[in-house]
Amino acid sequence: MGVPTDLRYSKDHEWVRVDGDGATIGITEYAAAQLGDVVFVELPDPGSTLDQFGTFGVVESVKAVSDLFAPVAGEVVEVNGELAGRPELVNEEPYGAGWMLRLRIADAAQLEQLLDAPAYEQLISET
Amino acid sequence: MTEAQLHHTPLLDLHRALGARLIEFGGWLMPVQYTGIVQEHRAVRERVGLFDLSHMGELFVEGPQAGEALAGALVTDPPALPLGRAHYSMICQPDGGIIDDLIVYHVTAERYLVVANASNAQVVSDTLAERLDGFRAVLDDRSLATALVAVQGPLARTVLGPLTDVDLEGLRYYAIAEGQVAGVPALVARTGYTGEDGFELFVEWSRAESVWTAVSEAGAGAGIAPVGLGARDTLRLEAGMPLYGNELDRDTTPYDAGLGRVVKLDKTGDFVGRAALERVARDGPARRLVGLAVRGRGIARHGHPVHAGDRATGVVTSGTHSPTLGLPIAMAYVAPADGEAGTILEVEIRGQRVPAEVVPLPFYRRAR
Repeated sequence: MGVPTDLRYSKDHEWVRVDGDGATIGITEYAAAQLGDVVFVELPDPGSTLDQFGTFGVVESVKAVSDLFAPVAGEVVEVNGELAGRPELVNEEPYGAGWMLRLRIADAAQLEQLLDAPAYEQLISET
Repeated sequence: MTEAQLHHTPLLDLHRALGARLIEFGGWLMPVQYTGIVQEHRAVRERVGLFDLSHMGELFVEGPQAGEALAGALVTDPPALPLGRAHYSMICQPDGGIIDDLIVYHVTAERYLVVANASNAQVVSDTLAERLDGFRAVLDDRSLATALVAVQGPLARTVLGPLTDVDLEGLRYYAIAEGQVAGVPALVARTGYTGEDGFELFVEWSRAESVWTAVSEAGAGAGIAPVGLGARDTLRLEAGMPLYGNELDRDTTPYDAGLGRVVKLDKTGDFVGRAALERVARDGPARRLVGLAVRGRGIARHGHPVHAGDRATGVVTSGTHSPTLGLPIAMAYVAPADGEAGTILEVEIRGQRVPAEVVPLPFYRRAR
């Protein structure tokens, strides 16, 4: 299972792709595999503000429901509307078409609290 | 409970080699999924799936009064079962609450097999032993000596046929026969918990691996897949079958669960729970088990409240996303007046009310 090197990761298994003051957020391939077949994703409305490590939605697989946690604080500028009709994208392309939301980062210093790819790889190899 | 304290089925190493994810279930370490719940579910609906159900309890009741003793212990009438036939049954408390739901097989003239859920196997064994007291019948609890492998799906008979001397075509639904499977002595039953045609194979613990491997190899061309407890749950839910601990428990009578037809009030002699169950049969149960098709976003799960307008009417007992129907389905207990098909209720999913329509059970019925 590959862990892309250009992303940052939370211990809750979300990833962040930083682009200027913007961030794209999703869940990792590892998290998606643990959940199993994703059948429903509940995301916040654009314009809402998220706290770092606060919940921003839920993801439901056939078997269970899990909270989603924001790896950084910010204002939601866009959510992935495709997931309403095709939640399986979270399993199929967790780092691509399965992205969940874009936000405007409130405090770039928070990124320092996230893991880089080798550290995240270490985390999932221990669990 | 740590892994070491859990019971292991004789097939655990095979499951690990197949890459199964393992969980604790009813005191056992069991495969919950191999490749994914939806894939495994579809394999059973469209082709054939292979299940390890060795965690189930196998209780043999033997003796000249075995049938009579069981008739006093259970809500059904086992002596009425023809040889080689089976029925769905329950063991109840004196107050009518369900201790477990069971399958009872009439194996030979003086020998019955009672199959109990893993989580209840010990209490059923103990309760049956008490209730057999005074009868010329003995209980032989072979739960830890009997493995159970299920072969379920439209191609089950095609796959299993060449491996056994049992006439599978002649074996009726809810029937059982003694024979061999892949050279291993087995009880072969046409029962299951998936809503598909299929067979359950009871074999000695030490022979389970050779039976599993033989069926697996024989089914390769048919696309057989190992199936874990995750898909077992979605399959039984689509088929509208209750799960002990969700739809059934000690505070629930068979009538609440819509299973009053299982209780044989017309059998001769007393049985544990008779007086209480006669009362419920006469007065009607206080609640009703219904199917729900969720019409909004989100999935109803066990424990979610159900509302009828401003009024709380009940609670969800099981819910999932139906792989076959492609929509969220659930079973729930509601007030009898709110249980008519077509009624629109609301399920409270994480604080949000989502509309759900009462629909007839089962959600899925196979084409015959």
